[in-house]
Formats: sequence, structure tokens, C-alpha cells
Amino acid sequence: MHWLVEPGFWSNPVVTTALALGAVVAVVSAAVGVVVVVRGQSFAGHALTDVAMAGGAGASLVGAAPLVGFLLAGVLGGGSMEVVGAERVRDRDVATGVVLGAAAGLTALLLYFVSSASSATGSTQSVLFGSVFTVSPSVVPLGVAVAAATLATLFVVRRPLLLSSLSPELAAARGVRPRAIGLVFVVVLAASVALSALVIGAILSTALLVGPASAALRVARGLAGATLGAIVAGVAAVELGILASYDSFYWSGAHRSVPVSACVVGVVLVEVAASALWSRLRRARG
Amino acid sequence: MFAPFMVNAWLAGTFVAIVSGAVGLFVVLRQRAFAAHAIPNGAFAGAAGATLVGASPLLGLVVFAVASALGVAALGRRRDDVVTALALVTMLALGAALLAASGAYEPAIDALLFGQLLGVSRAEVVALALLVVAAGVVLALVYRPLLYSSLSEEVAAARGVAVRVLDLTFLVLLAVSAALAVPVVGALLTFALTVGPPAAARMLARGPARALALAAALSLVCVWAGIASAYVSGWPIGFFVGAYAAIEYVAARVASSWRDAGARP
Amino acid sequence: MGCEPLPEDRREVVHVHRVSVSLGGRTVLRDVDFRVGEGEFVGLIGTNGSGKTTLLRAILGLQAIAAGEVLVAGRARRRGGPVGYVPQRVAFDHDVPVRVADFVALGVDGTRLGLARRGRGVRARVDEVLASLELSALAGRRIGALSGGEQQRVLMAHALASRPRLLLLDEPLANLDLPRVHETIAVLDRVRRAEGVAVVLSAHEIGPLVPVMDRVIYVAQGAVACGTTEEVVRPEVLSALYGHHVDVLHVHGRVVVVEGEAGDPGAHPEVVVR
Repeated sequence: MHWLVEPGFWSNPVVTTALALGAVVAVVSAAVGVVVVVRGQSFAGHALTDVAMAGGAGASLVGAAPLVGFLLAGVLGGGSMEVVGAERVRDRDVATGVVLGAAAGLTALLLYFVSSASSATGSTQSVLFGSVFTVSPSVVPLGVAVAAATLATLFVVRRPLLLSSLSPELAAARGVRPRAIGLVFVVVLAASVALSALVIGAILSTALLVGPASAALRVARGLAGATLGAIVAGVAAVELGILASYDSFYWSGAHRSVPVSACVVGVVLVEVAASALWSRLRRARG
Repeated sequence: MFAPFMVNAWLAGTFVAIVSGAVGLFVVLRQRAFAAHAIPNGAFAGAAGATLVGASPLLGLVVFAVASALGVAALGRRRDDVVTALALVTMLALGAALLAASGAYEPAIDALLFGQLLGVSRAEVVALALLVVAAGVVLALVYRPLLYSSLSEEVAAARGVAVRVLDLTFLVLLAVSAALAVPVVGALLTFALTVGPPAAARMLARGPARALALAAALSLVCVWAGIASAYVSGWPIGFFVGAYAAIEYVAARVASSWRDAGARP
Repeated sequence: MGCEPLPEDRREVVHVHRVSVSLGGRTVLRDVDFRVGEGEFVGLIGTNGSGKTTLLRAILGLQAIAAGEVLVAGRARRRGGPVGYVPQRVAFDHDVPVRVADFVALGVDGTRLGLARRGRGVRARVDEVLASLELSALAGRRIGALSGGEQQRVLMAHALASRPRLLLLDEPLANLDLPRVHETIAVLDRVRRAEGVAVVLSAHEIGPLVPVMDRVIYVAQGAVACGTTEEVVRPEVLSALYGHHVDVLHVHGRVVVVEGEAGDPGAHPEVVVR
């Protein structure tokens, strides 16, 4: 096993923290991601990650934990998108693109302030591409708490959420308030994005959100099975990604490691491709 | 602001703005915002790859941009949000991996993502100029059939317009435009520059020729103001381009809804 | 029911010669044969899914043909031929920066490469065709800001701008109320006489077209029956075409076509109003 797991992997406390936090984040992302894909809100999820990016940069600037910044920006951005009815706005793609551009520009500005304020480099790297290896241990309890609250909320609202996702009119007729549920879900989504931004960075969070979920939905039959499958796939992606990133430090002679986020995305892509192949084979077999 | 060392920035910015504005109008008319989002991300990966192998970044930009354009063409018109999101993110992840492998410093990464005021050399400006002229000639040639097929592909096809060839030509034009824009305004801002000012122009102008001219003009305003603001404040140019593009779009939105409200009896 | 050749003095504009079309493994049109003469007004009648749109697209060259051929003005069909097309629904986005005059002009030169400025001839033709469809007042308005009916007339003007020999319209009357239906038919009749263009218009109700049509083509079960209204709208003809019982009743001067036996699950009466 030595060639697969480079020396010091299991004994390194940084790695252990990363594995644990990564697993927690993957579970949340997968569970929320299944709902996102079913609701057809992948685009909103993607938009949220870019908005969260600016929040993380802002938090870095004021010296707060990036998680807090991701969370605040995500909730504010997501909330206003939901209130404005962003999914149904005319020219949704153009309007979102303009907003994302402004958010990216704001991120650029904030990161510029951060790098001129302190001599510490790497803030771009951590905000955009994640910092699971450099996350300060004090953030872990907060992260776990947010994760637990998010999962609990999702569990509590799962039935009205599912109903209003499949048919808002039907849900309203049964006494559910689709708009209220939608707002609750957006907050859940923002929390999930914030958590995964911590591990693999804002920009690439979308992959962990919708990738494992869409792979599982193609393979599994029911929603419960899909959720379980997504969790398995998501956790596998993160853990394997952490492993690959750690190993890559040793592989190349130049001792440069591939970022965790890129490795995780790579595994996610393999999972999605495999599920697409599987479903095509299954359809061919009739 | 107009010192010799700034000339490249002004020239590059002007070229980028004109091409982005003109091509961007067709992006908006043809509802190809996804392509305009995906191609700059692909170009980013290309620049990262070029850095890794020591090739010219501009070459990497153009090659990967065109490859992304062909990929978008192959994906077809089916709107699958999940595939869209994953495709966008994959390009960025690839770029990040390549940059990490090449040991690029953070300022280089920042420049590729958010743009750089002085990111273009004199040699590159010449290459830019040639590409812009070529793109301009192609656009002038296919302007009418392209407009026709953008309004109704079915009717245009019935009239004998080669709609598929035109679509491919358009996507390649978009790729060239994106490749030009990424060094100046960054991969994350190119989308906003490509669609923001043209979308504003579309709401304000009546006829197609005027819309095209206005799209280029608004793009120029956005980029010129961005360059000037970045020079004066020392802040990143990407911030200003993103902000001005958003302002133009919102202002046009507001103005056109006033006009619509006033037109109602 | 045979579709006979045209009388001697009528020049042929379109000959659909023994055409078969398959879509997704299903035979939609089988051995269809008919002609349309110059200046004729022909109604193409059939229910949804009967193949009307497929037939129109086959004439235009937008639909592959499994067997047979389509001749337009004596030559094999090709895209960009002397055929004008008004599709069923073209939804223009509200903000599209193209005016009515611009769009109609594209009907003349939309396929031409290059940036040459529009000649006076083109602009005169645009004005002419806008006037004949009573659109002159709307020439400067954006196409996306018009009502559905106005947009339809713009599409007609666009199709007529290039002086086609044949004008094809796919269900133009589908979502109109009765006064608009009559208005549209009257406009089409007037225009076709003025321009000398043949009109083939698909619909699922024959009633409003009866006073204006020269001939009717009924499409059902992949086959056609054509001729004058008197020749075709008869129980024996329509029953043979539909493959089940069809009654044609004359009630108070109105023609009512009723399909199927009483209690037949497929029965859906088609009420024809004169």
C-alpha cells in the first residue's frame, strides 16, 4: 500500500482534520445537492458560490474566519435572489452573469486589499480553491455545528420541500407555502456552499454540490437511495482528493502538490462519467 | 495615464472592447450565454497549460478557447443545468491544477482570473490587432445571415442560410473574442464584459445596426473607464470592469422599463 | 381520392410527387401526390399530428423525404427557392433590436453576405409589402413589442418580400378568435390576388376557408384527398380517408363534419361554421 498512501498520511494531524472536516462537508453537500438537482437549481447553486467567494475575501480582509464570510454572503445573496425570483427573471443567464462579474470584481478588490494589508500570500488560493490543509482548528467546531444544523433543517422540511419541488401548485393546495420553503432551502444551500467553499474553495464548490448528486440520481432508483449514493460518492471524492493531493507532493520531483480542490473535481468527474456510462448501458440492455 | 508604458494597455483594451461588444450582441441575440461563460474558463485552462509547458500564453488561450467552442457546439442546444455547471467548473479546476503544477506565483493566478492592467506586451498587441481585423472581416461578411439565423433559425434555414456553419463560425468568433479578453480583464470577468454592455445596448437601441454600434460603444466605455480607474486608484482592473458592466446593464434595464411604462396607454 | 392534374391553363407551382416521409420510425406520409397551381388558394386540413407541418416542411426542403420528390416551379425543391414560409410560432424576445422594416428587409436580402448597404429597390419593396399588409404604421416598432396577430402579419410580409411563387403558412389561424380569423383570411386572399402568389395554408378547421379556397387537401392516416370543397367534403371520401365512419351534415346552411359512431371513443365532432 506504500505507493498508494505516501508516508505520514495517517499520522499527520493536519491531514486527519482535513479528512474529518472533508467528510462532514461532503455529507452535507451531497444531501443538499440531491435536492438542488431535483429542483433544477444547479445554476442558482453555481451563482451562490461566486457570491460566497466575495464574502470569503471580505472576511479575510477583516480577519474573520472565511467560513463566516462565505456564510453571510451566501445567505444574503441567496436570499435576495430568491426574493427577486431570479430563476424566472427575463434574461436570467445574462442578469446572473452580470451579477457574478460584479461579485468576481469585488472579490478581486478585497483580495487586493488583503494582500497589500498583510504580507501573507495564499489568500487567493484559500478563498478560491479551498484551504482544507490550512484550516485553523478553531473553525472545525463551527463547521461541524453548521453542518449539523443544516442537515437537521433539511431533515425536518424534507417532505414539504419535496412536494413543492415537484409541484408548487400541489404543495400550495396542501397547505405548504412554496415561497417560504424556497427561502428556507436557499439558506440551507448557502450554508452547504459555505462549508464546501472551506474545503475546496468557492469556485469549485459547485462540483461537490451537483456532481455526486447527479451521478447518484442516474444510478439509484428512489430518492433515499440516491441520497445515500450521493453521500457515498461525495465522501469518496473528498477523501480520495485529499489523498491524491497529499501524494502529489511526493510524486513530482519538484515537490509541488496539486490543490485538493482540483483532485476532488477530478474524482467527481470520474464518478459522473461512470454513472453516465452505466445508465447508457442499462438503457441499451433494455 | 497616457504615458508610453500605458499605450499597450489602452490599445489592448480598445481592441478587446470592440470585439467583445460586437460578438457579445450576437451572444445575447442567440441566447448563448452558457458558451460565453464556458469559453473564457476554457481559455483560462489553456493559459495555465501554456505556462506549464513554457509556451506563449496567448497561444494557449486561443487554442483552448477554440477547443471549448467546439465542445460547446458538440454539446448542442440541450439545456442541462448540471452539465453546464460541471463543465464550467471543470475548466477552472484544470487550470488550477496546471497552475499549481507549474509553480506559478499568486500574482500570475490573480492576473489570469481577474485581469491585469499591464498584462499585454507590444508583440501581443500586434497579434491582437491582427486577430481583431480578421474577426472584423468575418463578422462583416456574415453579418446579415448571422442576424437572420439569430432571429429565427427555422425561417433562415428555409431561405437557404447555412445555419450550422454559421453557428460554428459564430462560436469560433466568440472563442477569439474571449481569448483576447482574458489577459486584460481576467477569465472571471470576461463573461460579464461579453454580455453586460451588449445586453444593455440591445434594450436601448431600435435597429440592429444601431444595436451593434451601441454594444461596441458601451463596451469601450466600460473598458476605458476601467483602465482609467485602475490607473488612478491602483486597484485591480477587474473590479472596475465588473462594476461598470453591471451599472450599464442595470441602467439600461431601468431606462427601458421606464420607456415601456410610458408607452403603455 | 385521386388528386388530378391541374387544368390546362393553370401553371404548376408545386408538384408533390409520390412523397413518403418517416419520422422516428413512424410513417407520417405515404405516397402523397398533389399539385398546386399558380395563384391558387389551397387549404391543408387535418387534425394535430396528421402530418400537415411535416408536409409543409418537406416542400420547403427542411424535412428529409424517404421516397418521391418535390418539384417547385419545375425544379427540384431546394432551400432558398421561390417559397415563402410563415411558421406556426416565432416568439420574438421583447428586447430584440430589430424593427418591423428591418425584419421584412431580411426577407429580401437576409441570405446575402457582405455589408453592402440596402439599395433603394429593396427599401421600396419593403414599403410596398408593408403597405399591402397594413403594417406601414408599425414599420419602426420592434418586432418583439407587437401583439401576436401583428407579429403574424410581419411574418407574412417577410415571407412575401422576396416575391415568392408559393406562400406556405403553418396553422396561422390556430389561436385567433373568429373575427381575426376572417380578417386574416381576407388579407391573405387580397394579397395573393395582388401578388399572384399561390397560398397553401394548414388548419384543422375548414369552415372559415370555404368561401376563399380554390381547392382543399385533407390529410389523415398518412394519405391525402384533394379537390374542391364539394368534391372532398363528402361522407364517402372522408370516411375512406380517415379509415372510420364520417358523417357530413348540412344544418341551417352550415356544414358539420362528425367523426365516428355514437359512443365511439374516437369521436370528436368538428363543427364547421359558415
